[in-house]
Amino acid sequence: MKSKGIGTVRPQYFTFAQPPHEMKLECGKYLGPITLAYETYGELNAEKSNAILVAHAFSGDAHAAGYHEGDKNPGWWDSLIGPGKALDTQKYFVLCVNAIGGCKGSTGPSSTNPKTGKPYALDFPILTVEDIVKTQKYLIDHLGIKKLLCVIGGSMGGMQVLQWVATYPESLRCAIPIATALKHSPQQIAFDEVGRQAVMADPAWNEGNYYGKNIPEKGLAVARMIGHITYMSDKSMEEKFSRRLKDKSPDFKFGADFEVEGYLRYRGDNFVKRFDANSYLYLTKAMDHFDLSGDRLFSKGGQSDLRFLVIAFKSDWLYPSYQSQEIVRKLKTHHADATYCEINSTYGHDAFLLEVDEETRLVKHFLQKTYSDFQKR
Amino acid sequence: MNTPLKRLDYRVIYETIEPRAKVLDLGCGDGELLHLLTSKKDVRGQGIELDDEAIYQCVEKGLSVFHSDIDSGLSDYGDQSFDYVILNQSLQQVKQVEFVIREAMRVGRKAIIGFPNFAYLKARSMLFFGGMAPVTPSLPYCWANTPNSRFLSINDFKSYCERKGIRILDSYYLGKKRLVRFWPNLLALNAVFIIQK
Repeated sequence: MKSKGIGTVRPQYFTFAQPPHEMKLECGKYLGPITLAYETYGELNAEKSNAILVAHAFSGDAHAAGYHEGDKNPGWWDSLIGPGKALDTQKYFVLCVNAIGGCKGSTGPSSTNPKTGKPYALDFPILTVEDIVKTQKYLIDHLGIKKLLCVIGGSMGGMQVLQWVATYPESLRCAIPIATALKHSPQQIAFDEVGRQAVMADPAWNEGNYYGKNIPEKGLAVARMIGHITYMSDKSMEEKFSRRLKDKSPDFKFGADFEVEGYLRYRGDNFVKRFDANSYLYLTKAMDHFDLSGDRLFSKGGQSDLRFLVIAFKSDWLYPSYQSQEIVRKLKTHHADATYCEINSTYGHDAFLLEVDEETRLVKHFLQKTYSDFQKR
Repeated sequence: MNTPLKRLDYRVIYETIEPRAKVLDLGCGDGELLHLLTSKKDVRGQGIELDDEAIYQCVEKGLSVFHSDIDSGLSDYGDQSFDYVILNQSLQQVKQVEFVIREAMRVGRKAIIGFPNFAYLKARSMLFFGGMAPVTPSLPYCWANTPNSRFLSINDFKSYCERKGIRILDSYYLGKKRLVRFWPNLLALNAVFIIQK
């Protein structure tokens, strides 16, 4: 239904932090120049008051909605972004930026290090979610947007939303963190570590120096397979695969006998084609070190008129709802204007990409209220 | 009363709350009362509600609401965080009643407690003459599907307040369409108390 969406879109690029004005990272090192790949949907109004920043999840990218020329599939959150949808592009200016450290157009470990003329690989500095958000602020400033109407995102995107609240509370009107946490639990760190170990155990990884050679595709595929298990739920896997066999007679030679095995292998193999193994390491580390517990979410005191919509999903065991409730607890203590909803879903963590109707009902009205309150002022 | 509110208990509570007050509504349902308070009286309102569908309806009304049970909803708030904490028609479903009443009075300067009167005439006669668990307009459920786990009368609540040293600032006894002035414990379907520690 291309006609109902936003149609064909193209990525844009913004380069800043040119030497000698490199951006200082949280680790103390400097990075520059930095290129951000981003996409925008809808029109920025004259007051520049209708901008919504969509922060993508770990393996996402700037292509959140619409179609790239010749593509069959739309962007990763096309169901929520477009005319008449939750993020209504007839009203709002929606923007999505590829996180630095990633591999979808923004500067990351696979980008060329200007000092050596070769890919950074492990010379890329250690990144934090705060660094990622800082680059987004550069872009927002560049676009002349003083205050975002909203920052919204799920999972790692939700962490970025919370980081915006912590670092730039005066630069947004509302925050919608979805299926996320103030910090990773040991269980979440453990899953990430197994993924990293899978990558690093692949001989092709070669201490991160695999660019232009064989890539560590086996290791990265295994890491992704683990990831996919954690994104689903026991129930959604039962519904999707049950114990169905791929072929009627399994060969007992350790092929993919069960449908679930085939699915995971397919997902793993596909991921390798589109994702950089070093980005996997850098971004999962950034998530593991993210910690806005204690007083850090409101370290700048800034709560003022900031509104929150916190969303969790019942069957999400990777980012269980108690973690969203911890966010809510912080909001209560700070008397922030907040709404919390635990959506009844069986999809597990993937729900934030799939529970379109429920999310739309919540996000659409929450945004409308925030936007109209602001316009009344 | 110049409000579009059909429910008498809502009207009583609406009239009680001053403009621009800070209000926490425990078990706010679809947010009808809270919405009127925020839109007409400029109240800063926060709801807490457990029902999924009710949450969506609150958000559609532009209300701020937490998806949670009442029992665990209060502990994060500091003392006197709100001018009013409303516990209307939800007291009888709460698990830890004493704790919640205490918490409501800690978190709010005043608490508004509304509940169906179990000693209402029709309830008494159903039990006495019919020998069956009462079903009344304010207690409309049959024993098998009632969400209520507490059954109390107006006198029960009054004596509870006396025992616990809770001050009753105001009380309203509600019939079907208007306030009940005489023998409320016998003739009122519902009661609304404004209480304070």
